[in-house]
Amino acid sequence: MKVLAALSGGVDSAVCAARAVDAGHDVVGVHMALSKNRDEFRSGSRGCCSIEDSHDARRAADILGIPYYVWDLSDEFHDTVVTDFLSEYSQGRTPNPCVRCNEHIKFDTLLERADALGFDAVATGHYARIDIRDDGTRELHRAADAQKDQSYVLAVMGPEKLAKAMFPLGSIASKSEVRAEAAARGLGVSNKPDSYDICFVADGDTKGFLERALGASQGDIVDETGEKVGEHSGAYSYTVGQRKGLGIGRPAQDGKPRYVTDVQTTTNTIVVGPETLLTVYTLTGEDVVWMAPDVPAAEPTRCHAQVRAHGDAIPASVARDGDRMTVELDEPMRGVAAGQSLVVYDGTRVLGQATVAKREL
Amino acid sequence: MSPHYLDHAATTPMLERAREAYVEELARVGNPSALHASGRLARSVVEDARERVATALGAHPTEVIWTSGGTEADNLALKGLYWARHAADPRRTRIVTTAIEHHAGLDPVHWLQAEHGATAVLLPVDQEGRVDLAALRAEVAEHGDQIALISVMWANSEVGTIQPIREVVDIADEHGIPVHADAVQAVGHVQVDFKASGLTTMAISAHKCGGPVGVGALVARRDLRITPLTHGGGQERKIRSGTLNAAGFHAAAVAVEQAVADLETEAERLGTMQRELIARIGEAVPDAQLSGPQPGPGRLPGNVHFIFPGCAAEAMMFVLDSHGVEASNGSACTAGVAQPSHVLMAMGRSERDASSTMRFSLGHTTTQEDIEALVAVLPEAVERARKVAGNVNQEMVG
Repeated sequence: MKVLAALSGGVDSAVCAARAVDAGHDVVGVHMALSKNRDEFRSGSRGCCSIEDSHDARRAADILGIPYYVWDLSDEFHDTVVTDFLSEYSQGRTPNPCVRCNEHIKFDTLLERADALGFDAVATGHYARIDIRDDGTRELHRAADAQKDQSYVLAVMGPEKLAKAMFPLGSIASKSEVRAEAAARGLGVSNKPDSYDICFVADGDTKGFLERALGASQGDIVDETGEKVGEHSGAYSYTVGQRKGLGIGRPAQDGKPRYVTDVQTTTNTIVVGPETLLTVYTLTGEDVVWMAPDVPAAEPTRCHAQVRAHGDAIPASVARDGDRMTVELDEPMRGVAAGQSLVVYDGTRVLGQATVAKREL
Repeated sequence: MSPHYLDHAATTPMLERAREAYVEELARVGNPSALHASGRLARSVVEDARERVATALGAHPTEVIWTSGGTEADNLALKGLYWARHAADPRRTRIVTTAIEHHAGLDPVHWLQAEHGATAVLLPVDQEGRVDLAALRAEVAEHGDQIALISVMWANSEVGTIQPIREVVDIADEHGIPVHADAVQAVGHVQVDFKASGLTTMAISAHKCGGPVGVGALVARRDLRITPLTHGGGQERKIRSGTLNAAGFHAAAVAVEQAVADLETEAERLGTMQRELIARIGEAVPDAQLSGPQPGPGRLPGNVHFIFPGCAAEAMMFVLDSHGVEASNGSACTAGVAQPSHVLMAMGRSERDASSTMRFSLGHTTTQEDIEALVAVLPEAVERARKVAGNVNQEMVG
């Protein structure tokens, strides 16, 4: 097969490309440039989009003996991922930009380009498994290494795109195995630290990034009774479930800590309250992607639900509700924000994904 | 499968004789500045090379200042001339150049503006990339005594347009303004006679005409005052310190000499292939648009540059490359990311067109097979690049 291996410059994508080569595929390495000004993004160990990272990606391709190209996807990245990030926060929602990047960049723009250029598949260094049933149906599963599992951020891609994806690291036992394999192959990135946080927030200061982009906008912080208890400089800087950094002088009447329970952007108000108000039993998701076409319509199906990349999966039942997804949790979640990505699993298998629209007690 | 190399304007294979001369000379020891026998021998190699390059380009040997290449020569001329002229008369703050210079000509000017208080004046060009002489005349008439220097490239690296150097010099001469030309693309491809050109300085590079990478020269008039960029051992009349690269200069001289000697026959051979390639690209991709002048005395004989409307140049480059056809997507890169060509933008093209360009540059190893290989794969490259750009060709719809 003609395989396009996405090379971020990190160790995972380098080993991913190496495994695709070993499997006998005709592999081409592509590094995605996600910023026109390459100094804007984090350098070295902290990101995946700097000049240093594209150099590391090139050297990995050299060692593997595969062609290497840099594709400029900065406009698409800005228009979808960065713009969405800002617009979601400005509406009081809490987006996951990595999910959007997988949805719009890696498994949309990149995949389509690859398709137009005659590639059969796109291989990435994500930790997730693809199982192919006897009838050809493809299932997306959690990675063998639960610590590194990235099925949560991949669920958004849907079954059609899954058919053109390869995740050669899905069955790997642990990250240290990837590093050992990279070292054995002579890949210079074998000891490169993992990237984390948001690649386009150069200094790691998300609040500062939002303030610069959206501007300060002072408003009130009120408690559950509507009484003003403080002020804030921009509602977008707060997220439901947040406890730290509220800057409320007066303690609550019950003496217990207060949490953000709602972000109301229309009135530019932050609502705080006791932890009990964060409790959520029912989640409604929109923009639903059913990864498993065999999930029964309407009838609730047993599952586990997850709302954060590294959060716990909670036993639940899921049902199709027109173009929405409804999840009834067996035990409550705490502090779920609108905009978060909701993924439901059957064991290790991803059933579907949706964006949290409503959460109820 | 050896690739079909159509990127000679980026760098061209070393001429066999230059390569042999290079390797032979590399075996010898001796710092040309040393006074012993080995040093003297190395020095004689450097001076022989200097004389041969000077003769080939219509210059006096003392006018050849060796550098590490075209970029250094451009920097030396632009900064060195600006500093010297500005020091002699502080009113001289203007640097007049064109919007289509190579980055080695453009970026030093922007730097002088940002860091040294210079004023950059970018002359416009016409649709074929030829400098607007009326604009130059107006600029010189109005600001003649404030102009530190004028810099106009001899031949454009992207679209191959030959500039009216003689006319530029005539306009400058009326006010005694020095003129620098980046002649990197011109040497070995069109007649270059430094003395006859009337230029003050001229940058050349060995690897564009069959010599080694890392060798170039600034040809500078003997009476010129120029402020050095590098300070050290005082080589090259104290204008360019640094140990002299005897083997590199020797090979460069062999290459320049041969390229100039072969110029007429080679220009005719390349010009014939250039015309054929232009015609056949027109047949294969009817809406492709030739950039720059028609083939002839106004254009480098090895340059073929097209806009392929609606095509992502990166994607075209990829498809050609995967078929072993090596060409340039025709613009500068930052960390491998292609930027819309500033040359095409200056010629009045849209940013979209300026991102949909391919340059095929022919050279001494180019054969008919290379042309055939390109023409054979071009339709597929265009089709796929249009899909990538999400742009459906009207003809395909109709």
